Amino acid sequence: MLKRLRDSSLIPVTVVVGMIILIWYAGAVYLNAPMLIDQYERQKTEWNFEKLRQDAWAMKRPILPAPHQILADMNQSIIGRKVTSKRSLIYHGWITISSTLVGFGIGASLGILLAVGIVYIPTLNRSVMPWIIASQTIPILAIAPMIIVVLGSIGLTGLIPKAIISAYLCFFPVTIGMVKGLRSPDPILMDLMRTYNSNNSQTFFKLRWPASTTFLFTSFKVSIAISLVGAIVGELPAGARAGLGSRLLVGSYYGQTIQIWSALITASLVAGLLVYLMTLLERLTISKMGGRLI
Amino acid sequence: MFSSNTILILALPQAVLVLLLLIKPFDKNNISSSLILTIVTIAGCTSVLVRIFELTHENPAWALWLYVIAQVIMIWESMSNWTRINTDHKPFIDNIVNLTVPFLFGASLIYLWEILTVGFNVPQILLPSPHLIALAFAKSTSVLWADFQQTFVKAVLSGYLIGCGSGFLIAIFIDRVPFLQKGLLPIGNLVSALPIVGVAPIMVMWFGFDWHSKAAVVVIMTFFPMLVNTLTGIAASGQMERDLMYSYASNYWQTLLLLRLPNALPFIFNAMKINSTLALIGAIVAEFFGTPIVGMGFRISIEVGRMNVDVVWATITVAAMSGSLFFALIALCERSMTAWHPSMRNR
Repeated sequence: MLKRLRDSSLIPVTVVVGMIILIWYAGAVYLNAPMLIDQYERQKTEWNFEKLRQDAWAMKRPILPAPHQILADMNQSIIGRKVTSKRSLIYHGWITISSTLVGFGIGASLGILLAVGIVYIPTLNRSVMPWIIASQTIPILAIAPMIIVVLGSIGLTGLIPKAIISAYLCFFPVTIGMVKGLRSPDPILMDLMRTYNSNNSQTFFKLRWPASTTFLFTSFKVSIAISLVGAIVGELPAGARAGLGSRLLVGSYYGQTIQIWSALITASLVAGLLVYLMTLLERLTISKMGGRLI
Repeated sequence: MFSSNTILILALPQAVLVLLLLIKPFDKNNISSSLILTIVTIAGCTSVLVRIFELTHENPAWALWLYVIAQVIMIWESMSNWTRINTDHKPFIDNIVNLTVPFLFGASLIYLWEILTVGFNVPQILLPSPHLIALAFAKSTSVLWADFQQTFVKAVLSGYLIGCGSGFLIAIFIDRVPFLQKGLLPIGNLVSALPIVGVAPIMVMWFGFDWHSKAAVVVIMTFFPMLVNTLTGIAASGQMERDLMYSYASNYWQTLLLLRLPNALPFIFNAMKINSTLALIGAIVAEFFGTPIVGMGFRISIEVGRMNVDVVWATITVAAMSGSLFFALIALCERSMTAWHPSMRNR
């Protein structure tokens, strides 16, 4: 038991997280201090370090809010409000998650289709593969707001434009991973399938597709995370009124730092949750297939 | 006056050549036949390009679209012809094929984009045709150059250098403290899944509207991939090699410089490649939250508001080209510095 505890990374991670929180609190004092001191001098109030520390951790619009302020705000806007309320983070989070998932669905299926095409059609392999890699050096996230505005001008608003951006970001990891995965079976196994006189579709469904499962889920984990990023950035243009991205933008317009941070942390939690769900799905699939995850 | 006759005259030599190819007067799978097919296809495409502007609503010319479909099939056929060429692993021919096929694919995409947007009168706001984008590009080069300098040279490059550099140095420091390594590696992996772009508004608040805040976003975005990859990379050298260095009585720094860093190079380059895209994205997105009146992100958001979509697309072209060139430069460095690595074989 003790040995397992020592070998696991639980203690180091806890210590590092604790250190980060400590640095955060210290940073909150350090960054907020100039503003507060300025305020004290103008109001000619007496101040010492203890008062400064307390005020720095309780400012309304701090430069860097203290962690407990963010937690309090999150607590208020997640549990404290009705889910349907426009100020509930669950409401905004759900809007972001739904377009993330739709975009992920489109992007992942497109990616898999493209990968199958690339593996089976040599011309596609030679012609499209370099462009798929090049397509990712284009900062698509940066033009996301334009796509939203342009699609909005022809009447497409809401979930679909955001999902398109997410899909564009998603398909790349899936395609690359699946091309690798579908090509991963050993030549010996391919030869075995040939000795069984199996045709292309049999080889695909009985050998190539199962062999690519781990590759598929590895790329899924990457792409669902960036799908979320795509959805959030898609919510940045002023037209969007809901979603975690619009909370970020509204917060930055009105200088509501605490709101920005709580939206940011909620987004991180959502990302962690989605990736974790994907890991669960992977375990389930692999155990259903009779394999064992190492 | 547009008439189908002009098309017919243009198409005639092409039809003859296709017939010649179909009769297989010479081996189908060699370079010369592929070259002829490609040239013929390009000629046919050009004839459509020249004529497409004469299309109107009164004169939709359906025959032209049939012709375009035939062109697409020809393009596909010529691409597969190139693919089928037996290169015998001669590097020269291999290179030609590897460059030609993707080039044909890209060119045909642009061709179809032009033909379809002009031919079907797609509203410019939705998707401007390539020649309009090129015109906008030529007209506003000075503005685009200023944007490029602001966003790429100032924000991206400085942020990239600081982010990658500090990630690398801190990874080397952490490597000496196993406790920190155990604690930071899972956190670093977690952070790389988080939507870090979201810190952009905070950075803009802290560092002001100029490029410093964009560089700060880039630093944060590039730091963690570099940290995690360098950590994995310097742990990648095998025990045997380390024992060998030990038996040579080499000290920590010698082992690091001569064995572990060279072994980590593929990982480090991987991080640099990932970061090159992330950096550009971070800088442009950060500009949406506030910027002086110059910069690619500013240009995109302001010109979308004015409905000057062609200028937006010209900016996107600049962003795409600088992103691709940046990536290509790093890939070139990687190829020359890690030529010994197994992943670089079979090329």
